[in-house]
Amino acid sequence: MRILCCVKRVPAPGARINVTADGLAVDAAHLGFTTSPHEECGVEEAVQITERTGGEVTVLTLGPAEAAEQLRYAASVGAHHGVLIQTDGAAWDPERTARALTAAIEALEESGGPFDLILFGNESADSGGFQVGVRVCYSLGRPIVNGIKGIEINGSTLRARREIDGGFEVYELAMPAALGVKEGINLPRYPTMRGRLASKKLAITTMEIDAEAGGQALVRLHRPAETLSQTTILGHGPEAAPAVVDVLEELGVL
Amino acid sequence: MLLVVLEHDRGTLGEAGREALTFGRTLAAKMGAEMHAAVIGAGAPEAAGPDAIAAEAGDHGAVRVYTVDDGVLSDFGPEAWGESIARVTGLLAPDAVLACGSERGNEVIAQAAVRLDAPMVANCTDITPPGGDGAEWSMIRVQWGGSLLEDATLSTAGPALLTCALHTVASSPVKPPPSAPPPVEAIDVDLPPELARTVVKERVVLEAGVTLPTAPVVVGGGRGVGSAEGFAPLEELAELLGGRVGCSRAVTNNGWRPHSDQVGQTGTRIAPEIYIASGISGAIQHWVGAMGSKHILAVNIDPEANMVVKADWAVIGDLHQVIPAISAEIRRRWS
Ligand SMILES: Cc1cc2nc3c(=O)[nH]c(=O)nc-3n(C[C@@H](O)[C@H](O)[C@H](O)COP(=O)(O)OP(=O)(O)OC[C@H]3O[C@@H](n4cnc5c(N)ncnc54)[C@H](O)[C@@H]3O)c2cc1C
Ligand SMILES: Cc1cc2nc3c(=O)[nH]c(=O)nc-3n(C[C@H](O)[C@H](O)[C@H](O)COP(=O)(O)OP(=O)(O)OC[C@H]3O[C@@H](n4cnc5c(N)ncnc54)[C@H](O)[C@@H]3O)c2cc1C
Repeated sequence: MRILCCVKRVPAPGARINVTADGLAVDAAHLGFTTSPHEECGVEEAVQITERTGGEVTVLTLGPAEAAEQLRYAASVGAHHGVLIQTDGAAWDPERTARALTAAIEALEESGGPFDLILFGNESADSGGFQVGVRVCYSLGRPIVNGIKGIEINGSTLRARREIDGGFEVYELAMPAALGVKEGINLPRYPTMRGRLASKKLAITTMEIDAEAGGQALVRLHRPAETLSQTTILGHGPEAAPAVVDVLEELGVL
Repeated sequence: MLLVVLEHDRGTLGEAGREALTFGRTLAAKMGAEMHAAVIGAGAPEAAGPDAIAAEAGDHGAVRVYTVDDGVLSDFGPEAWGESIARVTGLLAPDAVLACGSERGNEVIAQAAVRLDAPMVANCTDITPPGGDGAEWSMIRVQWGGSLLEDATLSTAGPALLTCALHTVASSPVKPPPSAPPPVEAIDVDLPPELARTVVKERVVLEAGVTLPTAPVVVGGGRGVGSAEGFAPLEELAELLGGRVGCSRAVTNNGWRPHSDQVGQTGTRIAPEIYIASGISGAIQHWVGAMGSKHILAVNIDPEANMVVKADWAVIGDLHQVIPAISAEIRRRWS
C-alpha cells in the first residue's frame, strides 16, 4: 500500500502560550517544535499498516525549511519518504494551504502512482481550522471521514471507527480514500537509535508551490482572560488528608 | 437570513443543535436578519423526527425550518450532509450559515464550504457581521483547543460559513415561547447516490457507566504517578467517590493508561464537581481539558506548579502518600 500522511509543524508550549509583539504568531523563541499529536498518530498508523501489509509511507508538510525536522522525525519512526512544500513564512490560510497540498499530492501521484490511503489529523493542534483534509479530498475526488480512532484494512476496503456518545460508528470506504484521525488511535512509538540514524539520511523532496489565498485572515492572537484563583493550601503531606475530606464533604461528593 | 444547520442524531436533536440556535439568535439580531434552520435527514423511524426538531428549533428562536431528505441520508454521512447544506445554501442564498463546532458540525460545514468554493471559519466565540461599508465579517475564534484566541476576518462574495465553538453559550429557549411552531418547508435535493460511500455503515453501542466527561469526581494522575501500577491508589479513591480516573498525556505516552483517560486538548474535556489533579504540572494543553471542572484540588510536590497555582485547593506533598491517606480518612469517617 502507498500511504500519505499530511503533518503540520507546531510549537510545543508549556504552562502558557505567549504571543509575539505583533500578535501574529505564537512566540516560539524559547519553545521546541513538534508534529500535531493527531498527525503523529497518523504516521504511526501508516507505519503499522505497511508493517503488516507492505508498502511505503510518505509524509508531506507545508511549512518553513525547519519543518524538515518533523519529516525526519517521521522517518525515525518508520516513514519512508519526506516531502516539504517550503513557504516563506508568510500567512497561509486554510484554503491556500489546501490548494497547495492538493497540487503537491497530484504531482506526487503523477510521478509515483496513486496513494491508496491519505491520513490527515482531525484538526491541526495550533490554528485548528478543521477543514484542510476535507478541502484537499474534495479536490481530489476522494472520500474522507474525520474523527477516526480505529482502522482495519480488508483488501481494498477499509473499516474506520469513530467515537460517539455511548459507543462508536463504523464507516466502510473503498480505497483510494482518506481519513482524519485522532490521538488515541494508537500509541506512537519512540524512535530507536537506528531509526534516528536512518532519518539523518532521509532525502527530502522539496517543492515550491504557491496557491491562491482564501478568505480567512488572521488579525491578532491573544490569550483568553485568566481566571485567577486564590489557592488555599490545605497542608503538607498525608497529614492534610482530614482537611481534604472536609472539602469533599462540603462539596457533597462523599 | 441566517441559516442554522441543526445537528441531530438519527432524528433526535442534540445539545449542539440547541447551542447553535442560541448562539445564532444573537448573531441574527446583530445581522438584523431572521434565523431559519435546516434539518438534514429524517432520522430513524422511532425517533422524534423532523417535525419535533422543527418545533424545538422554534422554541429556540428559528422562525422557519427546512427539512431535507433523500435516500442517501438514512444515517449521518459527512459528504451527503455537506452536499445537502451546499444545495440548500445555493437555493436559499442565506447571508450566513452556522453550525455548532462539534466534531460533526465542523466536518459538515467544511464539506459544504469546499463545495461552495467558499471560506469557512471554525470555532468562533463572537461574530460581527459586515458593517455598513466594511465588506468583511470579523470574529474571535479559538485556537489550541481554547488556550488561545484569534481575532480574524472573513471576506467572501457568498454566504459566510461559520461554526461556533462548543459550549460558547449555554442553550436556552426564547422567552416568552412562540405561540405556534415555525412553518416547515421540505426541500428536494436529489443527492448523487455515490455519496453513500461515507454514510455510517454500522453502530456499536457500548455499555453505559460513569464516563469521564460526565463523572462527578475525577481523580487525575500525571507523570508524578511514575508507573501503571502507581494508579491503583487513584483507582481506589475514584471508586470511593463514585468517580473516574483521568490522566495527562505524559501518562498515555508512557502507556500507563489508555488514551480514553486523557484529559486535555487532544483528550477529553471534563466538568466534574471536583478534579483532584495529582502529579500533574498543569500544561496549558492539559488545563483546557480541566478548566471546566467546578473545583480543582492539586496534589504536587512543587508548590510553584501551574496546576497548584490555578487550583482552588492544594496539598503539597508526595501523591503516593497523600492519595492513600485521603482514602483512609474517608474509610475512617464512614466506619
Ligand atoms: C505567521 C502566520 C500567519 C498566519 N496567517 C493566517 C491567516 O491570515 N489566515 C488563516 O486562516 N490562517 C493563518 N495562519 C494559520 C495557517 O497557516 C493554518 O495553519 C493553515 O491554514 C492550516 O491549518 P488549519 O488549522 O486550517 O488546519 P486544519 O484544517 O485544522 O488541519 C487538518 C489537517 O490538515 C493537515 N494540514 C494542515 N496544515 C498542514 C500543513 N501546513 N502541512 C501539511 N498538512 C497540513 C493536517 O493533517 C491537519 O491535521 C497563519 C499562521 C502563521 C504562522
Ligand atoms: C499540541 C499538544 C497537545 C497536547 N495535548 C495534551 C492533552 O490533551 N492532555 C495533556 O495532559 N497534555 C497534552 N499535551 C502535553 C502537555 O504539554 C504536557 O507535556 C503534559 O500535560 C505533561 O504531563 P504531566 O503534567 O503529567 O507531566 P509533567 O509536566 O512532567 O509534570 C509532572 C508533575 O508531577 C509533579 N510530581 C512529580 N512527582 C510527584 C510526586 N511524587 N507527588 C506529587 N507530584 C509529583 C511534578 O512536580 C510536576 O508538576 C499536549 C502537548 C501538545 C504540544
